[in-house]
Amino acid sequence: MATLEIRDLHVSVEADNATKEILKGVDLTVKQGETHAIMGPNGSGKSTLAYSLAGHPKYTITGGTVTLDGEDVLEMSVDERARAGLFLAMQYPVEIPGVSVSNFLRTSATAVRGEAPKLRTWVKEVKEAMQRLNMDPAFAERNVNEGFSGGEKKRHEILQLELLRPKIAILDETDSGLDVDALRIVSEGVNRVRESGDVGTLLITHYTRILRYIKPDHVHVFAGGRIVESGGPELADKLEAEGYESYTKGGASA
Amino acid sequence: MAEAQNLPAGSTTAGSIAVAAESTVATRMSAPPSFDVADFPVPHGREEEWRFTPLERLRGLHDGTAIATGDGVRVDVEAPEGVTVETVGRDDERLGRAGTPVDRVAAQAYSSFEKASVVTVPKETALTEPIRISVHGQGGTAFGHQVVELGAFAEAVVVIDHTGDAVLAANVDYVLGDGAKLTVVSIQDWDEKAVHVAQHNALIGRDASFKSVVVTFGGDVVRLHPRVTYAATGGEAELFGLYFTDKGQHQEHRLLVDHNTPHCKSNVAYKGALQGDQAHAVWIGDVLIQAAAEGTDTYEMNRNLVLTDGARVDSVPNLEIETGEIAGAGHASATGRFDDEQLFYLMARGIPEIEARRLVVRGFFAELVQQIGLPDVEERLITKIEAELEASL
Repeated sequence: MATLEIRDLHVSVEADNATKEILKGVDLTVKQGETHAIMGPNGSGKSTLAYSLAGHPKYTITGGTVTLDGEDVLEMSVDERARAGLFLAMQYPVEIPGVSVSNFLRTSATAVRGEAPKLRTWVKEVKEAMQRLNMDPAFAERNVNEGFSGGEKKRHEILQLELLRPKIAILDETDSGLDVDALRIVSEGVNRVRESGDVGTLLITHYTRILRYIKPDHVHVFAGGRIVESGGPELADKLEAEGYESYTKGGASA
Repeated sequence: MAEAQNLPAGSTTAGSIAVAAESTVATRMSAPPSFDVADFPVPHGREEEWRFTPLERLRGLHDGTAIATGDGVRVDVEAPEGVTVETVGRDDERLGRAGTPVDRVAAQAYSSFEKASVVTVPKETALTEPIRISVHGQGGTAFGHQVVELGAFAEAVVVIDHTGDAVLAANVDYVLGDGAKLTVVSIQDWDEKAVHVAQHNALIGRDASFKSVVVTFGGDVVRLHPRVTYAATGGEAELFGLYFTDKGQHQEHRLLVDHNTPHCKSNVAYKGALQGDQAHAVWIGDVLIQAAAEGTDTYEMNRNLVLTDGARVDSVPNLEIETGEIAGAGHASATGRFDDEQLFYLMARGIPEIEARRLVVRGFFAELVQQIGLPDVEERLITKIEAELEASL
């Protein structure tokens, strides 16, 4: 069973000619089939965790380890991590002018699966996945993320999740900027992938709203660059009622 | 992609417009157009029209020291039936009708060529096969003059292919009769030492349409000057360009669309990718809408994709409007780096770096390549772009 293990992870960024430590010792284990919600206030380092795991060059790992089934993730390049089974659904997916969605999806699936998917089954696979996400077939001919609305961008991220079938999916604020309908559609997509039991999900969010659609097994509160409290789904209810105030004021993050 | 919009580039103006008192397109040249090289002073490099060009690499084309040699270029014309191909002397009256040399090298070419090639498509003849003109450099220096003339309602595609090594200065005239349709693809696929400076003049007849596709890959210095004027109303010009500027290369495209006649259209789109130290691309896009040219509709665009450090782009769109009674006018220029965020996004989907770069560059050019409309030329361009990328990655 695939397992992502994060141990005492420290991460810094360079900003204004100074090094700033953002993650200050993160410990977390995500197993295939589990869903972990990471919740925290803005600036707590949630997105840094997501991007560090995917290997974004902006972040420097200064300590700790990350392994996927015992393999050292931190030694892998960005594309190697993806091929090893890590997937990051981004909060702000970038535009790639001139590259069509269909070309991009096929290139990506070929890379991740290690061989080009058979054309006939592939076309059907993409078409059905798009239908499930209420995406217009014309979408496939548009350029990646170019002129997409916020909701379209997130659906496109989840479309990739469905097609690439990673071992570990990190969803970085996938719920932000979505209206209720879009949130439901996107959540259903995530749930379809989860129901396969093959994926471990790390759901990063600021709000509890998405947890009504995607039920986590574990909830972690992230503050000051580390996990400050872990619990079951009931922890989300507590956050809903009380907010993050008790974690951001003094004590917890110190 | 991080884009620096060059405002008012990108804006479309219609209606109320500040009227330029005097055309700087015309006045900023250091001498008025002339067929005689003696009318132009030898440039020193600070003139507006020469300031981007490395004069020391022009092998004397600009200062009179370049002398034609016997082994300059070999020109072969392959034309379908119905087309007349002639080699004519300097006194042939069909030469120089589409435009007058605007700088010293073009005037030098006009003053120095011995024989010109004239290709004529008779009126109402629609060709189904392209006319292919091969200009193959044989290591020497040459001055050339080429005329392509289409009679009224004639239709033709001309592919001019420049290969080999040469120092070449030339003028090319395209004369389109009323209602004629001409597509010209000029490919600069020179060996690495070649120097090529040319002025392309198109004179567009009433309701005629002209499509120019300029593709520059090779050479040490390539400086082309595609220019369009309209002989009567209703003319249309589409000027497309694509360049891939490598380490040490200087590739300069200077365009002028002179809207001197009412109700004509023009659309300019040039795209370039650059890679390697001292790669230098220059794009000058001048569009002039004269007071008489009411109902003009024009747009020009230049985009550059800088793939590595050490490359340089100078992109200067310039739109001058002397009448407010136009249908539309706009221009845009953007130069972007291959973006680390794009690379990250693609790699985060498992795509290796080399393939990710290839995908982006291919995508960058794809839309433009598709507008060429000639499958064999398109395929060759794609192959060439891939090879250029392959060499660098």
